Amino acid sequence: MSPAMTDMQMTDTSSQNSNAGPVKRFLRATEIDTRLLGMVGALLLIWIGFHLTGFFKNGYAAFLTPRNLWNLSVQTSSIGIMATGMVLVIVTRHIDLSVGSILGFCAIVMGVIQVNILPQYLGLGHPMIWIIAVICGLLLGAMIGALHGWMIAYLSIPAFIVTLGGLLVWRGVAFLVARGETISPVDETFSLLGGGPYGAVGGTGSWVVGLIACAAILWILVSSRKRRTEHGFAQRPVWAEGVLAVFGCGTVIGAVLLVNSYMWPVGIVTQYAAANNITVPEGGLDISYGFAIPVLIMVGVGIAMTILMTRTRFGRYVFAIGGNPEAAALAGINTRWMTVKIFALMGMLAGLSAVVASARLGSATNALGTLDELYVIAAAVIGGTSLAGGVGTIYGAILGALVMQSLQTGMVLIGFDSAMQQIVVGSVLVLAVYIDNRYRSKSK
Amino acid sequence: MSKTQTPLVDIRELSISFGGIKAVDRVSLDLYPGEVVGLLGHNGAGKSTLIKMLSGAYQMDSGEIWIDGKKADIRSPRDSRDHNIETIYQTLALADNLDAASNLFLGRELTTPLGFVDDATMEAETRKIMARLNPNFKKLKEPVSALSGGQRQSVAIARAVYFKAKILIMDEPTAALGVHETQMVADLIKELKNQGLGIFLISHDTREMMDLCDRVAVMKNGQLIGAERVEDVTEDDILSMIIMGKNPKKAA
Repeated sequence: MSPAMTDMQMTDTSSQNSNAGPVKRFLRATEIDTRLLGMVGALLLIWIGFHLTGFFKNGYAAFLTPRNLWNLSVQTSSIGIMATGMVLVIVTRHIDLSVGSILGFCAIVMGVIQVNILPQYLGLGHPMIWIIAVICGLLLGAMIGALHGWMIAYLSIPAFIVTLGGLLVWRGVAFLVARGETISPVDETFSLLGGGPYGAVGGTGSWVVGLIACAAILWILVSSRKRRTEHGFAQRPVWAEGVLAVFGCGTVIGAVLLVNSYMWPVGIVTQYAAANNITVPEGGLDISYGFAIPVLIMVGVGIAMTILMTRTRFGRYVFAIGGNPEAAALAGINTRWMTVKIFALMGMLAGLSAVVASARLGSATNALGTLDELYVIAAAVIGGTSLAGGVGTIYGAILGALVMQSLQTGMVLIGFDSAMQQIVVGSVLVLAVYIDNRYRSKSK
Repeated sequence: MSKTQTPLVDIRELSISFGGIKAVDRVSLDLYPGEVVGLLGHNGAGKSTLIKMLSGAYQMDSGEIWIDGKKADIRSPRDSRDHNIETIYQTLALADNLDAASNLFLGRELTTPLGFVDDATMEAETRKIMARLNPNFKKLKEPVSALSGGQRQSVAIARAVYFKAKILIMDEPTAALGVHETQMVADLIKELKNQGLGIFLISHDTREMMDLCDRVAVMKNGQLIGAERVEDVTEDDILSMIIMGKNPKKAA
């Protein structure tokens, strides 16, 4: 790039900076998405609101406690995992109403495999059982999704109809497979994937995870700065990079401290101590939960999906199809095959959610995941995915899932009955989309 | 340009019909390097349909396309690009939610050695080509929906120029543009022509076509009425070909 152009850009940004308020200047310098800030703000508001309401109404504030927040994170994972896939589906102007039923069907099949089939051949508790079950669940989900995608892309049946059919069909098939029975107990290793005292990585493990995450944040900041220098693009000011590093690492370390301050209950500690020949000292033994495995799965999925959407051709094509399907086709993108792949991915994520949900429950029932499709779609939409297509983020969908789950948990804690919960969740969904529309039209 | 050399594009007896209506009916047309051939005709005369078979958006029912003396099998937009044919569509075919660089490289993204899209390099390349085509172009980071008609047009044109097309198809490139931007496109067409590209140009503006083209081909009801050198015909001749479907030279 010519030096003249670099000069021009620099004067450009500095002149923009000089006539903006301090908040705007801060946002511009750090390049933080204002939508992200808005969602985090809304989330904090909900959390503090429930905490205070609990305090004034019931005399004790239960929301902002390590125990509740830890449980909240576990409860969010199943919906959160599926919401990341729903972003792709909605961005390409489709919808998937079948994810809850796919989840139920996959859970039942995995249950049958690990409870009724594999122990006969491998013996009960064989270490391969959970691996085979999980692989079967993921493959089954992907195959069902691919079937839906094929019907949508190649038979030109609208996604709404195909997946509405899927919603009924797979729930029915799930019932037939197990004749409506509940299948339990699931394999012991498998059940760790659902969380619980043993299904968490513990205090030390959480620190390891946290430090790796901090290192990754710093590496991303440094390498992006290096790339911008290479191409002579405008840089963030150094202080802004510092703020981002402190915020990012601070959030991670805060999360580690939080999950580590949630201790195993006495009963579990005694059981664990007895099993491992540890004598419990006087005053009890403090063992931290640490990050729950399903939460780590969700975070892993979130990172992988973010990379897929922002750093690969596949993700670029997803957005292009959402923005202008005709242009995408004229650019040589095989939009039909893309649709099959997107729905297959959605199905696989529903299979993964089936692992988490049935492991958490410790059993598989054919009703597992009922109504999940609506929460998943709501999470994606609250997270800023536009139903008109072309716009959406993975982190938004996960935050959206967290908002939905926070509302539900919070209302249970302050003693709202389920009718009231439905009214609130429904209203919040509509309100969130309204605010989002206003924000979008204003920012244009 | 001499007619003895191999034509860049040789369209032979191309036909396509939609629901029994012959949109393009046994049309033959050729294009030589460094030549601009204009396609004229009413709406629905079959110009865009003819061009879309060449760019792979439609698949012909019968006929042959020869590129550089070799028979070409064009079944998809990708095949067309593989023959160095670039098309600028009337609708511009841009994904409005993506920025200029993503649109320019759509379907042909530059990747890092690990296979990830290399946004930084693509942005730098876009900056370079835009500095040449449209120095006023600054909004590189914004979705193209935020751009003016002329700026959107330059993104579409940059696509053709960047990937070193040999054959360029432009479907009403100046329809949505102001006077200044129209002139810019006209200058660019002349520049590309001098570089030896063959260009098919579709437009309704007869005067503009007389100015820019070496030959004009007139279509009516899916058939080719005639393809004449601009110096051999008057504007009135062309108009009568468009309206009456009669070739004054053949009638004479």
